[in-house]
Amino acid sequence: MSEKVRKPVPPRVLESGIEVKVCYGPDDVSGIDKEREIGRPGEFPFTRGIHPAMYRSRPFTMRQYAGFGAPHETNRRFKYLIEHGQNALNVAFDLPTQNGLDSDDPRAAYEVGRVGMAIDTLADMETAFDGIDLSKISVSLTINPVASIMIGMYKVVAEKQGVPNDRIAGTAQNDILKEYVGRGTWIYAMEPSLRLITDTIEFCAKELPRYFPVSVCGYHIRESGATPVQEMAYAFCIAKEYAQRAMARGLKPDSFLGRMSFNLDIYGNFFEQIAKFRAGRRLWARICRDDLGAKEPESMMLRGIFGGGGGGLTIEEPENNIVRTAYHALVSALSGTQTMALCCYDEAYTIPSERSSLISLRTMQILQEEVGVCDTVDPLGGSYYVEALTSEIEKRIVDEMARVDKMGGIVRCIENGTIQKIVSRQAYEEERKIRSGELPKVGVNRYRTEDKTAREVQLHEMDPKARDEQIARLAAVKTRRDAGEVRRCLTKLRDKAANTQENLMPHLMDSIRAYCTVGEMSNVFREVFGEFKEPIDF
Amino acid sequence: MTTKAVRILVAKPGLDGHDRGAKTVVHALRDAGFEVIYTGLHKTPDEIVRIALEEDVDAVGLSVMTGAHVPLSVETRRKMREAGIGDKLLLVGGVIPERDVPALAAAGVDGVFPVASPYETIVAFIKEKLHV
Repeated sequence: MSEKVRKPVPPRVLESGIEVKVCYGPDDVSGIDKEREIGRPGEFPFTRGIHPAMYRSRPFTMRQYAGFGAPHETNRRFKYLIEHGQNALNVAFDLPTQNGLDSDDPRAAYEVGRVGMAIDTLADMETAFDGIDLSKISVSLTINPVASIMIGMYKVVAEKQGVPNDRIAGTAQNDILKEYVGRGTWIYAMEPSLRLITDTIEFCAKELPRYFPVSVCGYHIRESGATPVQEMAYAFCIAKEYAQRAMARGLKPDSFLGRMSFNLDIYGNFFEQIAKFRAGRRLWARICRDDLGAKEPESMMLRGIFGGGGGGLTIEEPENNIVRTAYHALVSALSGTQTMALCCYDEAYTIPSERSSLISLRTMQILQEEVGVCDTVDPLGGSYYVEALTSEIEKRIVDEMARVDKMGGIVRCIENGTIQKIVSRQAYEEERKIRSGELPKVGVNRYRTEDKTAREVQLHEMDPKARDEQIARLAAVKTRRDAGEVRRCLTKLRDKAANTQENLMPHLMDSIRAYCTVGEMSNVFREVFGEFKEPIDF
Repeated sequence: MTTKAVRILVAKPGLDGHDRGAKTVVHALRDAGFEVIYTGLHKTPDEIVRIALEEDVDAVGLSVMTGAHVPLSVETRRKMREAGIGDKLLLVGGVIPERDVPALAAAGVDGVFPVASPYETIVAFIKEKLHV
């Protein structure tokens, strides 16, 4: 029989520029040292996962992002999620809070309680966690420029519940460098912002041994247009920057590196993402050991929340997003995540409804308990394709990090807008590819329907009284508190910020206990530190 | 008659920091031959109108992802009128539910372009309205 004339197959190129072969085999992994590169789970370099038995002993936690309106409304949503089996919380704050403005600030006028909950003082934080035992649940605070204030508030609330310091578990996002690239809640100039982050790392290393003060986010950099390789490279450059600053204060790497975590994105090519996480774990372990001088294996483990994936979802036929996020969840589990969170299918329209939040939670629970994905560690380990891709992606992350160093380092590249320029150009290219059909999107450029009912979702109704009520609560706190003590605390905070290099956390804690507002504390920093000047040449 | 290039201000009003959409639209409008000025993040309607005046633009495009598009558009349009540029185009893009389109039109918004609007639609709309 004569062989048929083979038609050439069209090339497949991943976002990271890697061309995918039609078939992988032993030759593709012959250069990989199985002991040193792949190894065993729970052992350096952790390619296969950070725990020996992974999900058999440590199932991933589920942490849906939630928060809206007043603290008592968010408290109800938290309790709803906990009742339905969610075992960790991920707090969404409204934009005034995230930007260090009180609810009665004119700049906050249209935004109070809109995309998260409003927190003005410690009293609001007490309400938000009322009846939720903070010794039993870990709470992630999605907040950045004012993270030091929120970590302080959270600690005081936990203290008031009687939770000892060594039982307070949680994470603050607190990654300001990525805010300048994407997501955009920044306030202060770069150097003093980095000082505040270093303060929180030092404070937590000394006072809150189970608290993760920083969650380095490749996530938002990728959502802004970075490739998976760039996502990891920039995140590692940023993480190294924070670590080196903490070490410059005299902290030993092993005293804090194990408490730095990562928030990374999942959308796009299935295997490229999985390889990215495996490569990332291996490379981060090496960076911690070789560049940062860590000695303990615990300090070299890349711990993370892998998920989200909003960038891959579509406004067209929103229910298709339920299917997409299920694949994102599968990637996350196959990649050895510690924590999972998924975007909700209706997020391109609205604050997720209770129903859509529950679907996301159920997606993760079905994956964890029904289908056997968690039965064995790193089930794709040893796959010719996945191992070859893992090694190739690792090389490319290393190259991208070197490129950043050559351009003057990550701080400089963000301050002058270089990174922003790179990712926004790529975002535009990606959009063009979707619009031209080069990048397939079902329901968008494939099988598209103009049926309007296919776009219907239940919209979140914003309570028109929410802002007034929050302002009234703030006013009530202001009349109750000791005005003299407030003045004394803020004066001291200003003096320490302006005239010393002391860690500001103790002074923030005093201010928080005196019920100073988020806006009052932030304004002290605004005045002393100055605001960030956004580079807008792109 | 000299032809002045069409100048467009793309603005991010309010506290929202999600600028991927705004920046990609800036790229698309530039590729379509317009002169585009981008405000950067966290601008108040007052600041946006001041920049629109200084830059002598023909159209202002607001990008809003937070749900605050109606009050922000109302205020921006009002401030534009007060500044004597009420005749300039006002466009709004972002996470905009269909049901809010009438309220935006009533506020004096000329064109609404929700997430995933084709660039060609935006470009054609501007060209038609400005007769270029």
